[in-house]
Order: sequence, then structure tokens, then C-alpha cells
Amino acid sequence: MSTVVELQGLTKAYGKVNAVDNVSFKLEENKIYGLLGRNGAGKTTIMHMITAQLFATSGELKVFGEAPYENARVLNRICFVKESQKYPDNYRVIDVMSIASSLFPNWDQDFADSLVLEFQLPLKRRVKKLSRGMLSAVGIIVGLASRAPLTIFDEPYLGLDAVARSLFYNRLLEDYALHPRTIVLSTHLIDEVSQMLEHVLVIDKGKIIIDEEADALRGRASTIIGTASKVDTFTAGKDVINREPFGGLASVTLLGELSAQEHRQAAEIGLEIAPVSLQQMIVHLTNGKWDRKAEISL
Amino acid sequence: MTLSMDESRPLFVQIAERIENDIIEGNLPEESQVPSTNQFAAFYQINPATVLKGVNLLVDQEILYKKRGIGMFVATGVRTKIMEKRKEQFYEQYVVSMVKEAGKLGISAEQLTEMIRRGDKEQ
Repeated sequence: MSTVVELQGLTKAYGKVNAVDNVSFKLEENKIYGLLGRNGAGKTTIMHMITAQLFATSGELKVFGEAPYENARVLNRICFVKESQKYPDNYRVIDVMSIASSLFPNWDQDFADSLVLEFQLPLKRRVKKLSRGMLSAVGIIVGLASRAPLTIFDEPYLGLDAVARSLFYNRLLEDYALHPRTIVLSTHLIDEVSQMLEHVLVIDKGKIIIDEEADALRGRASTIIGTASKVDTFTAGKDVINREPFGGLASVTLLGELSAQEHRQAAEIGLEIAPVSLQQMIVHLTNGKWDRKAEISL
Repeated sequence: MTLSMDESRPLFVQIAERIENDIIEGNLPEESQVPSTNQFAAFYQINPATVLKGVNLLVDQEILYKKRGIGMFVATGVRTKIMEKRKEQFYEQYVVSMVKEAGKLGISAEQLTEMIRRGDKEQ
């Protein structure tokens, strides 16, 4: 499996603040990645550095094996769909599509046309007259039809309704299956996309806290519910990421897989074990309440 | 279409179980072709690599086999094999916990047998 993007100790400092703090990870060819984290965690800064729109303060960055800055060989192969992409004032939808078709070597016009119909975009309308959702659809269509070897979607669906989002997921998976490429999805709607991801990167306060296969993360956290004293005895010494008291009861979320024996033990003393979704797990890990002692050992 | 998957277990295991269910229920007869990885991925909205892992789990257990250039097929005789495997799991998953719960409520083995007979009749 060849590496498409490699970050080595990458840091971006704004004054005394490190927006991205000594981050290292790799993106491999033809996988779908989720880049997840709270607002201000550093996701967009990382994406801007990968796409050569921002210089790193220190560290090393390679995209398709080369430095990306002003490097046409690299930039030709990247499509970056931003949350708030700006277009020239007089551009119509059809002009955006025509520019995109000349920018991206793998552009598929038929695919773009069918997406325009499915998203019900008015081709002749000026981009600045589009609704928020339609504007997002323009970005999504460019991102999909460009078939760029590295396609990055940064919160691509502001204002898109559930039907349009579902359409986006379906077309993305179908087209990815036929034309594999590296895709990075940055989003807050984690529950919606978690099944589509092959690999998950979670960033919190400028640092990567999870870099793991998505499927392997399932079942890594669980919530124990029951009488407070029993719950606390059971969870003592374990990696607790959240605790909520509720009358005489408590609900405690743990990181780490529970053994079959622990499951039996919990059942015997009347504790309930509930699964935790990836989204809930990330909420607990990044809400600032949880005090990280060291690297998460998953 | 998104089918609800169990949050607590890996998706590839659940994909393998769904294919096994289809074999048991006769939706996928022996020697029939299994939908492609990409069809599965689109249908369940799951990453194709995850689906492939689930399919390969069944290939390792010789439940599915690959015809080169055509696709995956259900092997002959596997329906009985899966049912045997499931019967063992049934004992672990249902019988053991049922007997335990019955014990808690003071239900004797005879009473339990009687209840099962009654349940069977009403089915």
C-alpha cells in the first residue's frame, strides 16, 4: 500500500499558540479517512497545509512523495472541497463546472451532469444567488466528478438536508468502489459517516489522539449503568472517560474492551452494559472534561 | 439504505453473519453467487474494505469460495455446517442464560421444560 500523504512532526504556530502541534500520520492510497474533532481542533489547518494553502511552522510534509508547495505534479492530483468555497461574483453554476473540468485531469463530465440533475441544481443560475444547500451541492459535485487521487471534503454539507446528504454518501461509495482513490472526510456528523470510513483520525487541541482502523474502534468504549456504588467498584482502576450520576444510579463510560469474564461479572451484579457509538466516544474524549494522562492506549 | 448495525461489534463480523443468515434462510442457496463487495458496500453504506474483510472471513471458513474473474459463491454443504455452528452458539447465548435466570426466579427444570412445551404449542 503506497503512502499518499505523510506528516512528520508538523506544527503550525500562530504567535504562542500551536494550532497544529507536532502532528505525525500517514494517509494510504485508496482508503476513506475520517478527520474528526471539535471546532478549532486544527482539522482545517492540517488540510490547508496538505493542500499547500498554508506553510507549516516546522516539521515535514510530503504529498505524493513530494513537497506540495507550488508543485503542479502534486496539486493536479488534489481536489479540496471547502466548507465556504468562494467563487467569482459573476460565475454561474455551469461556469464552475466548466472550470473544474479543465482543472482536473480525471474529470468525468457525464458523472457531473447526472449529479447536477440529482441534486437539482439550476445550471444557469449565478452561484451567489444559490441557497446555502445548493452551494454545498456545487462543492460536492466538483469533489466527486473530479475523481482526484486525493479528494478532501471539509464539512462539505452546510445547509444540505438529510435527503441530499444521503445522496452524497451513496454516490461517494458507489463511485469510490469503481474508481478507488484516497478520500478525506472532515465532519461533525460522525454517526452518519462512521460506517463508510476505513480509518479514523481524531484531533484534539492540535494533537492527534486517535489514529486507528474504524472497524477496530467499534466496541472499544462501553457504558456501564447501575447502582452507583456497584458501578464505581466495577469501573475502579479502568480508563473512565465519563461519569454521570443519576439519583442513586451512575452511568460510567469506559475506554477499552471488556473481556467475556467482565461481561459475566457485570451481569451477575446487575449492571447493564451499553455500547457507545464512535460519535459518543469522541464527544467524551474531546469535551475537555476528560483529563488525558498519557497517549490513549487503545 | 442504512441497516442498523450493532455498535458494540466490528462491522465485518456482522456482515459475515448477515451472509450466513441469508444462507440459512435460503436466500442464498448453495452454489449461488453472492453479491459483489461493491454491491454490498453501496447497499449497506459500508466501506468496501470492511465488507471485503467480512467476506474473506467466510472464505477462510470455506463457506464461500472464489471463482476467478466471476465472483464469490456459496460452497456446497455449508448450510448444515453453519446451522451446527449456530446450534452451539444457541446453547451458549440462550440456554445458559435462560437456565440462570430461571434459577433466580425459583423456576425448576421441570417447570422450565413445561414452559418451553407451552411456548412451542403457541407458536
